[in-house]
Amino acid sequence: MNNTSPDNSNVADSLPVIARETTATRLRNFWSDYCESRVALIALFIIVVLTIGAFGAPWLVPQDPYDLSLLEWSDAFLPPGEVGSGGYTLLLGTDNAGRDMLSAILYGLRTSFVIGLSAGVLALTVGIIVGLSAAYFGGRLEALLMRIVDLQLSMPAILLALVLVAMLGQGVPQIILALVVAQYAYFARTTHGAASVERRKDYIEAARSTPLPTRRIMFRHLLPNVLPPLIVVATVQVASAISLEATLSFLGVGLPLTEPSLGSLISNGFKYIHAGRYWLSIYPGIFLMITVVAINLVGDQVRTVLDPRNSR
Amino acid sequence: MSKPLLTIDQVSKRFTRKPGLAERLAGRLTGGGEPVVVHALTDVTLEVARGEVLGVVGESGCGKSTLGRVVAGIHAPSDGTVMLDGKPITRDQRGTAEKLTTQVQMIHQDPFASLNPRMKVGETIAEGPRYHKIIPADAVSERVGSLLEQVGLEAAYADRLPHQFSGGQRQRIAIARALAMEPELLVLDEAVASLDVSIQAQVLNLFMDLQRNLGLTALFISHDLSVVRHVCDRVAIMYLGRLVELAPAKDLYERPLHPYTSALFASVPTVGTGKRVFEAIQGEIPSPINPPPGCAFHPRCPQAGPRCRREVPRLAQADELRTVACHLNDGGVA
Repeated sequence: MNNTSPDNSNVADSLPVIARETTATRLRNFWSDYCESRVALIALFIIVVLTIGAFGAPWLVPQDPYDLSLLEWSDAFLPPGEVGSGGYTLLLGTDNAGRDMLSAILYGLRTSFVIGLSAGVLALTVGIIVGLSAAYFGGRLEALLMRIVDLQLSMPAILLALVLVAMLGQGVPQIILALVVAQYAYFARTTHGAASVERRKDYIEAARSTPLPTRRIMFRHLLPNVLPPLIVVATVQVASAISLEATLSFLGVGLPLTEPSLGSLISNGFKYIHAGRYWLSIYPGIFLMITVVAINLVGDQVRTVLDPRNSR
Repeated sequence: MSKPLLTIDQVSKRFTRKPGLAERLAGRLTGGGEPVVVHALTDVTLEVARGEVLGVVGESGCGKSTLGRVVAGIHAPSDGTVMLDGKPITRDQRGTAEKLTTQVQMIHQDPFASLNPRMKVGETIAEGPRYHKIIPADAVSERVGSLLEQVGLEAAYADRLPHQFSGGQRQRIAIARALAMEPELLVLDEAVASLDVSIQAQVLNLFMDLQRNLGLTALFISHDLSVVRHVCDRVAIMYLGRLVELAPAKDLYERPLHPYTSALFASVPTVGTGKRVFEAIQGEIPSPINPPPGCAFHPRCPQAGPRCRREVPRLAQADELRTVACHLNDGGVA
């Protein structure tokens, strides 16, 4: 509305309600509420650093772990702090094939982030479509979709993912697909719960009696009003997708070691842990733990900030 | 009366709640579990002339809101037809109503629920006309501004979200949204019931001005008899899904014919006449799942006779302008 009166000060005087609130100020409020938790702020900082490390890995680390020609057998099992044949200090040591652990971990982190984020976003999309349609149309469609979702939620996600990966085979797209199938149910359930409440409100009826087409009502009216709880679930589910992928790789059905992910690195080093070569498993494990905990802490704080009972 | 704008012809609306699978299984073991049918509207026939404001009055649960929703195209009637200017308002699409016209718009009771909380009010007002190409795309924002001014707000409010407005202001926005579609008929479902009395008067005056200036036809649903008297040309009284009396507002208030109408008026406490006692109608409104046989009002009617228990009274012409469904006006109750 650019041609309407720009005289805001005058209008604000005549409006006897709370101060003018734009998207920018709402974001600012969100940010200042978020910052109230020191822990959550640190967690966010850690995620940012890890993300930069993971996606900047090709420029940050000395070795490309995908390039097998760079590996030297003489470098195998060097402990942290040694200098290998490459001439640089191996901060986190090397593995059984002479891979630099730091390089492998950051590349692995990148794989984990890519898998976690894309599985999360895809599962969110599928979950939203399933949950919204079930809540909006109701009846048999709702009964059918939500019973399937309930059935899936009653099984551990890891079991389903394990079966799917075993069927689909190894590889990043296969893992993402397995994670989406295992995780969309959480999004569908959350969307359905929030949307069945919003569905009965008069603004939906008003849109129907205008009339506006169904798809427009679902995505322009219903969806924005069920989004806040979904953001929280999405954060937590990204963390859970990352650890699920690590679990699958650890169990040997995820990614091969030539395409390192945190899970396969842990799994690879696990054999040597009793031989005193702790660094093969421990360091990727620590990175995995920090990542998952940090994402969960951020998710918790987002939940706290978005909770209307906390608004002052 | 010239050709009516809105024709409601023998409309019935039943809501069926089918039991779920688990209930059906339990029902097979223990008996029961059959679908529950609520008779929300039974055989309602009405005509509304162009430019007329028709009041619909009744206790809660009498079907007046269902009537409004059927007219506004949210529900399709189970039987009968609802026509606007000779064209049906809805088509039944596998159980859900598909609305065929933009000429009927509705204003809801609760302005805190009827505006999308995450959509700017300008967008809320503009969405319908933009989608239906009622206003040329380059004129939309101008039109939104003038609509806001028309309902007594400022054009610059278009950029705000609903929670920045008070109840009365929101109801004005809801009116602007309805007017943006350039409707012939407005359905107001208890449109002022949730507002403060002082704000009610403002919104009612706004509505009456707009109605007169734009030549709007309106279905004004309310339980508030004094508001209805103030606003409406004719009034329809409903009881348990049926129309019991239909008369010009003035005649109805001066001389109600149906015992239910008299009872309604008797139950209104008044200020000024010195009347201190008011009579509540005896008993409860019966369940629309199991309506009583004969006249639905007979269990509570002080003048009921044996005929009322046997026979459903038909809506009959009482005089030139009024119709009433009561055996008292149609050969006696004996």
